Formats: sequence, structure tokens, C-alpha cells
Amino acid sequence: MPWTSVCLNDEDVCCLEESGHRCLTYVQALREAHDMILASDPEAFVIGEGVDDAGGVFGSTLGLAETYGERVMDMPIAENGLTGVAIAAASVGMRPILVHMRADFLPMSMDQIVNHAAKWHSMTGGQVSIPLVIRSIIGRGWGSAAQHSQGLHSLFLSVPGLKIALPATPYDAKGMLLAAHADPNPVLYFEHRWLYGAKGPVPAGHYTVPLGQAVVRRSGADATVVAVSHAVPQAMQAAAALKDDGIGVEVIDPRAIAPLDMDTILASVAKTGRLVICDVACRTAGYGAELTCRLAEAAPQLLKAPVRRVSFPDLPTPASPALEAAYYPGVEDIKRAVRQTLAK
Amino acid sequence: MAKTNAIPLDELLDAMTLLRRFEEKIVEVYPQQEMKTPVHLYIGQEAIAAGVCAHLAPTDYLVTTHRSHAHCLAKGAEPERLYAEFYGRVTGCCKGMGGSMHPAFPELGITGTSAIVGGGIPHGVGTALASKLRGDGRVSAVFFGDGASEEGTFHESLNFAALKSLPVLFICENNGYATVSPLAARQPDADVAHRAAGYGIFTEQVDGNDVAAVYESAKRALAHIRRGKGPAFIEAKTYRWKGHVGPEEDWTRGGRPKAELDEWKKRCPIELLLTQLEKSGLDRAEYAAKVARLDAMLDAAIESARSAPMPPVEQMERLLFRQETH
Ligand SMILES: Cc1ncc(C[n+]2csc(CCOP(=O)(O)OP(=O)(O)O)c2C)c(N)n1
Ligand SMILES: [Mg+2]
Repeated sequence: MPWTSVCLNDEDVCCLEESGHRCLTYVQALREAHDMILASDPEAFVIGEGVDDAGGVFGSTLGLAETYGERVMDMPIAENGLTGVAIAAASVGMRPILVHMRADFLPMSMDQIVNHAAKWHSMTGGQVSIPLVIRSIIGRGWGSAAQHSQGLHSLFLSVPGLKIALPATPYDAKGMLLAAHADPNPVLYFEHRWLYGAKGPVPAGHYTVPLGQAVVRRSGADATVVAVSHAVPQAMQAAAALKDDGIGVEVIDPRAIAPLDMDTILASVAKTGRLVICDVACRTAGYGAELTCRLAEAAPQLLKAPVRRVSFPDLPTPASPALEAAYYPGVEDIKRAVRQTLAK
Repeated sequence: MAKTNAIPLDELLDAMTLLRRFEEKIVEVYPQQEMKTPVHLYIGQEAIAAGVCAHLAPTDYLVTTHRSHAHCLAKGAEPERLYAEFYGRVTGCCKGMGGSMHPAFPELGITGTSAIVGGGIPHGVGTALASKLRGDGRVSAVFFGDGASEEGTFHESLNFAALKSLPVLFICENNGYATVSPLAARQPDADVAHRAAGYGIFTEQVDGNDVAAVYESAKRALAHIRRGKGPAFIEAKTYRWKGHVGPEEDWTRGGRPKAELDEWKKRCPIELLLTQLEKSGLDRAEYAAKVARLDAMLDAAIESARSAPMPPVEQMERLLFRQETH
């Protein structure tokens, strides 16, 4: 299935293009989704710092203000207040997309997300819902340091009432943004800066990727690797390398961590008995912790070996290139973790 | 050279020249791609850091932002410790943990720097609160941009500082932009000072490219604070020459009109002062020789920073918590 494929190099892209598939980069797919949303839904608007400027949020909203005018709106640097503004516009039926250039700015919106957006539908007895999408981008590298490189998606897991999406491919970037826009609930939509240049097949028309439906990126019988966001291409590379050593790795991308598609994961672990979880965030209380607990609750007997996690260490991101290199896990770490689950 | 109205113009010129040349050296070396840190350059705004910090003692507190270099230097930071930090070296002011956006020099009253816009404003109020509770006579100077004045923290901080009559000087460097977003796209009133005055704070507006004017304004504001009359606020109107981040100008990428930048370059704070001082006898050749000596010092600082060792990996873990107990 081309739509679930992860292109790891130009060759993969060429193959798909030759067989007639249109390929776009992740950022082009994002931009196309915004364009379709704004064209088809007069209630939709995009608001965020720099969404209408010459950079266009790393290209993802580039040029849209020229077509849609005020519906692509720059905003003051006032994230908490403006999140409340967007929430209320959504509460009366508009469909805002609020953009943060970095996931690290989400804590500025925390009160409005946690105490307001997440609770509104329930607290109003189901009378009012908040169809709001909040995009944010996980940064990495060039000394981005502790305040410009955090993956904060799992922080929101313990707040019921939020959906949390982490698209890893261009196909999902478009399909999940369209799904998030159509969803009548608040959706936190996490992108990764290092995925922006990744290419893959993207249909030109309208389609949605359900929030909460995992995808098996690659089948294998020996170990299950669950990965999100930028860890997905890394897991695919690790799986390809391990295949040469005769190890069959099944790579599962949950695509959303809330709701989390445990059925797909349990089915895979039932087959392999071994589980490695990869994240683009610090280790403790990541989505992997919740996943593992649900596995332990549902079917602890499935595991033949201890679970392994591949994540950032429980430390603020350092600036120095020497420390960054040590901080971020890579393909080799995933390979090692898989081997550990297979060792007796 | 002569001093006009007891304003130490020679010292202010030296200070501005240091801030300018320090960053122009970054522009020089950045293309080598060894300085792996996002640099937010201050070039064009030097009169503000120089004019305000001339009044601060090392014991006074200072809070800066992502655009941090000049404030640290003007407060007395050693160029080499900044450069080393930008190169990610263990000899950097934060041992390579923070890079360009997060310098700390506690010995100079700089207790750490936030790159979250508006994140530092309450910190300057907090150090001022400590000074008031302790009665230690220190003042806190908080620098931030026009964009930061849109954050809730700005309003919450001004309110509290005024309420408690805290010894804090707010300096809003209004350079007309937040990244490439012009002020008019973000605020209905171009004068940030109006917000401060609304909290009943002693407020002045000043030409941020006129170092003597900044110096005089800061002198009045600090006299007010030191007399125990509560906070003061200076809005300094200025312009940054480089792009929001990185060594290039941003009109090439559609960031803003080149003509606007060209106009502001005619009001270079250093050139304005040089022209003024020439009238009272400054010798350009002498100044050039001084700049050459400064350059040699900065080149040596860069070289020494660049050849310092990288931090050991175990440092990350060691620095998470302070180990000894209170
Ligand atoms: C809370 C938060 N929102 C957004 C950003 C991204 N950002 C970094 S600097 C900046 C502009 C700040 O403008 P201003 O306060 O005027 O300072 P200047 O850069 O002009 O010195 C923005 C939007 C951030 N770092 N933190
Ligand atoms: Mg500004």
C-alpha cells in the first residue's frame, strides 16, 4: 500500500513516482491540507505568529494569506489569551487552526487547553464542543537547546478530552490535518521539524486518516517496534538493517497517542512477544508508559521479554553539538533495543 | 576628549563599539558552521544596552532575552565566555548547556536567560522583590522587546511591580518587529509606553539610537527607583539591522522593505555619536586604531573559545539537580 509507506530515500520516492503516484514533501502536504480546508470551509481560519509572513511557518502556510486574506491571521505574542480566543471562536462553530512554531510554546497555552478546551464539552453537558486544532512543531538541532526542542505530546495524555496526533509521513500530515479539522473536539497536532523535507505519496483529492487508527508500516514476526513522528523513519531504517541479519521487525505507527489504537499493537505483540517503543520526547511518563501499562492490564502473558524504550534521556536538551549527539537516540539505538528484546 | 553635560560619551562609544564588533565577528565566523547555535543579533540597537548598563553596578540584576549578547557584555561579561558558549564548549558561561539564547553570569547579576518571549519579565520583578525584602539596595533591569509586551507576563509583572513599589527598571526595546511581524500587525498603539503609564509607573520614551538620550533617561529612571519610588519604564525606539535570527539581513527573504533598513542605517547609533564627537575633536584615525586593537582582542577570544574542549557527556546528567543541600 503506497499510502502507508515510508520513503527513506530518493529511490523509494522515484519508484512510487514512476508507478504513477504523486509525491509531495511533508510540508507541501501540510500546506495543501490548509489550502483545502480554507477553500472548502468558510468557518475555518488559521491563526498564529508568522502564519502570513514570508517564511509561512517553515513553508506550511506559505502564500495562503494572499488567497484567504484575514482568514490566515498573524497574532500578537500572547499564546494563552489567543488560545482562549480560538477556543471561544470554536465554541460558536468556527473551525480555527492555531499554530505554534515550537511545541515548547504549548505550555503558554496550557491553562486554556487543559482547564478549558479539554473540559468544555463535558462541563456544558454536551451542549458546546470545541472543534479546535492546535498545530505545533517539535524542533531539533543546531543548539536549539532546552526551550526549543521538546516533545511535549505525552504531557497532555493525562488530560481527558484531548486528541493527540503525531503524523510521520506526508500522507498522514495531510490526511490527519483534514481529519483533525473535521473532528468536533480539540486536537493537538504535533509535527516534527526534521520531517518537513521527507517525501512520500499524497493523493491530490480529499481524504482523511482517522485519529486513533494505527498503521503497520512494515510486517515482521520477531519483534514489534512502536514509533511515532520522526522516530518512524528511524524505526524503518533499523528494521531494514535488522532484516539483513535475519530479524523480522514489525513497525507500528499509532499516528495518534490519544486515542491510542491498542488493538493493532496487541495483535502485533501477540505475534512477536517483544516490544520496543520509540519516542521523540523524554523517557518518563511518555506515551510508551501508558501503552505498556495497557498491555500489562490487557494481556501481560503476551510478552516474552522485557519492554525496551528508545527515547530522549530524562534531561533538558543541551545546546552543545557534542552533547546533542549524545542526547538524541538514533537508528543504532533502536537496533540495539530490538536485539536486547531478542536476547535470552 | 570632551564630555558633554557630564555624559561619559567616550565610555559609551567604547561600550557600543564592543557590542557591535563582538557581533560582527559572529557574522564573520558563522558561515564556517562551527558555531552551532541560533544567534539573534543586536546590531543597530547598541545605544540601549550601553546607555542603560552604564548606570548599573555588578551587584545589580539584569534580565535579558533571546537577543542576549549585548546586555551581557554591557554588564561586564567576558567575550570569550560568551563565544565559548556559542561554540558549545565547556568553558562557555553555561558549560555549553545553553548556547546563545540562555546565558547566565550570576556574578554579574544575570541569573539565567529565557528564550520564551516574555518569560524573563517576571524574573526581573522577582529579583527586585528579593532586593526589597532584603533591603539590599540593588536594582533590577529587565530588557525585552516590543513583542514581549504582548504577553500576559508583561502585564502581570508591571502590575505587581507597581503594586509593591519594587526597584525594577523595565526597558522595552521597541525595534518595530517580532521576527518579521511588524508592530502594527500585533498592537493597536505603537507606543508600548502607554501600557506602562497605565499602571501608574514612571515612564519615559526615548530615541533608542541616541546613546546620550538613553543614558540620561536611564539616569532619571534609576534615580526614581533608587529613591524608593517604585518601578520605572523606558521605551526605547530602535531598529535591528539583521534578520530575526542568523547573520543575514532579512529583506532578501521578504522580511521587510530594504528602504526602511537603509533609512535606519543612516541613524546608526555609533555613527551618530562619532559624528557628534568629531565636532569636539575626536580623531577618526585614532578611533580606527582603537577598533583594530579591540578586533585583535575579539579574534583572540574567538580562537581561544574555539579551541577549548567540548563538555563531557556525563555533564548533562550531573547538572540536572544541584547536589548539596541547603
Ligand atoms: C512564548 C514564545 N512565543 C513565540 C516565540 C518565538 N519567538 C522568538 S523571538 C520572537 C519575537 C520576539 O519579538 P520581540 O519581543 O519584539 O523581541 P526582538 O526579537 O524584536 O528583540 C518570537 C515570536 C518564543 N520564543 N516564545
Ligand atoms: Mg521587537
